[in-house]
Amino acid sequence: MNASMPIRHTQAESDLFDRYDKAKSSFAGSVAVTALREAAVDQIRDHGLPHRRVEEYKYTDLRAFLKAASPLSAAADLVAAKNLLAEQNSYGDLERHRIVVANGVYVAELSDSDALAAEGVKIQDLNDVLEGENGSQYLTAPKSGLSDGVLALNTAFVQGGVVLEVADGADVSKPVELVHIATSSGAQVTRNQVRVGAGARLRLLETFTGETGGGEINSVFDYHVADKAYLAATRLIVGKDEAARLFTSVTTIGAEAEFKSLGFMAGPRFARNQQFVNFTGENSEAKIYGVTMAGGDDLADQTLIVDHAVPHCNSREFFKTVLDGRAKGIYQGRINVAQHAQKTDGEMMTQALLLSEDAEMANKPELEIFADDVICAHGATSGQIDEDLLFYLRARGIPEAEAKTLLVLAFLSEAIEEYGEDDVTEGLEERVRDWLAGH
Amino acid sequence: MLEIKNLHARIAEDETEILRGVDLTVNAGEVHAIMGPNGSGKSTLSYVLAGKDDYEITEGEVLFNGENMLEMDPDERAAAGMFLAFQYPIEIPGVATMEFLKTAMNAQRKARGEDALSIPDFMRRVKAAAAHLNVSMDMLKRPLNVGFSGGEKKRAEILQMSLLEPKLCVLDETDSGLDIDALRVVSEGVNKLRAPDRAMVVITHYQRLLDHIVPDVVHVLSKGKIVKSGNKDLALELEKNGYADYVDTAA
Ligand SMILES: Nc1ncnc2c1ncn2[C@@H]1O[C@H](COP(=O)(O)OP(=O)(O)O)[C@@H](O)[C@H]1O
Ligand SMILES: [Mg+2]
Repeated sequence: MNASMPIRHTQAESDLFDRYDKAKSSFAGSVAVTALREAAVDQIRDHGLPHRRVEEYKYTDLRAFLKAASPLSAAADLVAAKNLLAEQNSYGDLERHRIVVANGVYVAELSDSDALAAEGVKIQDLNDVLEGENGSQYLTAPKSGLSDGVLALNTAFVQGGVVLEVADGADVSKPVELVHIATSSGAQVTRNQVRVGAGARLRLLETFTGETGGGEINSVFDYHVADKAYLAATRLIVGKDEAARLFTSVTTIGAEAEFKSLGFMAGPRFARNQQFVNFTGENSEAKIYGVTMAGGDDLADQTLIVDHAVPHCNSREFFKTVLDGRAKGIYQGRINVAQHAQKTDGEMMTQALLLSEDAEMANKPELEIFADDVICAHGATSGQIDEDLLFYLRARGIPEAEAKTLLVLAFLSEAIEEYGEDDVTEGLEERVRDWLAGH
Repeated sequence: MLEIKNLHARIAEDETEILRGVDLTVNAGEVHAIMGPNGSGKSTLSYVLAGKDDYEITEGEVLFNGENMLEMDPDERAAAGMFLAFQYPIEIPGVATMEFLKTAMNAQRKARGEDALSIPDFMRRVKAAAAHLNVSMDMLKRPLNVGFSGGEKKRAEILQMSLLEPKLCVLDETDSGLDIDALRVVSEGVNKLRAPDRAMVVITHYQRLLDHIVPDVVHVLSKGKIVKSGNKDLALELEKNGYADYVDTAA
């Protein structure tokens, strides 16, 4: 694109430049960090928000969706945050450690940092590290070239977040829930870095609670899974929010390591969960799951790029989508296999269940393979509820709505169960029931 | 209990008429057998009674305990006491058998204004019924009917029937695919459910089932109509002479 020919900015883009000018004096960060923020703002200035003529955003036109941009959220009210934290029970009474980020900023008082320290988990406030001499490395995406538009938006406005480091060999006994809380309206822009040390094990839960009004949520997670380490990250995005919900993960996987993730989305008006997974060591495995529910006029996008840059790695991608009303579901998944990445095993499947005539699924699984000794497969299906199954259940006295719930749960549970984090399964199935009962 | 009067039904999709004036009355406590050649409409009749919407009723009526059954949804019929043991029980991956049984039993109880079963009460009932029908706990742990053999599926149907305690049992070729031992187990399970306040319609192609479940009345269905009714000797006669007579007279 030609940067010398200025584009005509949308209202939302103008709002964003205002937002930046008003907030920049309060942003944390070294000179180098500020330069990264400025460059990101310039990228938006030159290219605009991502829109449908950008291949990766063909179905998810953020530029058209965003009519205006809210200011960033102000500092959180701690009492309100504490109350919201107490109410946050997406996983029932599951035993877990909690880390709180409220209105975009880490809240040490509400986080279980002592208990975590005892388990070998160190937490730092992102804003502290951004001030340091290596500050800019926390905002640098491991990809070169023109950055992804949502990532740029994040870099420009990041308010805070945490850096979570699990010591080599530590096996964290309970899941760690990173709770993002909104105590007032306004956009929330966070960046979290999670480093799981060599041979260490972490199960991470990411939840989001509270109302942001017209403000978008833009959260980026930078995962580093060291050699022989294990990370399972469950991202739960539920609620009928009207404003955009934008999530990005960038994962770097070492040798003989295992990374699993489940992106669970139900209800937002406009949501995108994008993941970039990079193998950098041999004999590792990545298992990426998606469970998506959208109704009404919702748009829900699961986008994924898995880069097999080294040999002898396995990846499994399994995505399930349920759509109702006039909702639009998007799955864009690509497995890249570099020329020397021999013995790669990749298996990608995306399946959609359409509960209405007007719902629409765009399934785009792709393989880009330059190595010759690999096993890679992909598949995509789209269908309706099987009337014969429905009739069988009804003939046993189960009312139609309940029978549908059973069948939708059965469909989605395949992915939840294969993900295999058993202690969150029940909570997730409850969230499916919530969506079915009230979407 | 069940009164079918001049029932005509066609396939909704292509309007082919399958049932062409069925008349049948079954009283409480009675067991009726319906026999007939393949394609005569036996399964269609059972589906129409259960409320499958692939079929359109063009004429006639069905009364179940005096109520117009054709106006009820399939689940309402079930809660009112209608049960169909399917000729081809369907596999439902992802739906656990126990969860299904609990949901079905409690949905019917709720529809009738009864309390939900407690978990121990539910377990006790399932274990007792499963023991009688030679249904293993391992089968019950699997998703509904998934990976069950033909015989296991039929036993699972009768298990559901005993747990749901229906008023009207319609068994569609429950004997097909069963060996002699399984046939005995299933028949015993059915016979245990015979009761003065319960009626049964046993659809079969072969007489041998009726040696085990002895009917009060036998009907012959041919080309969508009942063309002959009699006592259990009619079944023996059919066994000897085949259906050729009826296929021709109905033509
Ligand atoms: N849903 C359907 N779609 C198309 N044809 C059907 C359908 N149901 C029944 N039929 C046809 O109606 C006739 C009667 O079928 P069925 O009731 O299954 O007979 P039976 O059980 O006596 O063998 C057969 O010719 C069958 O092919
Ligand atoms: Mg049949």
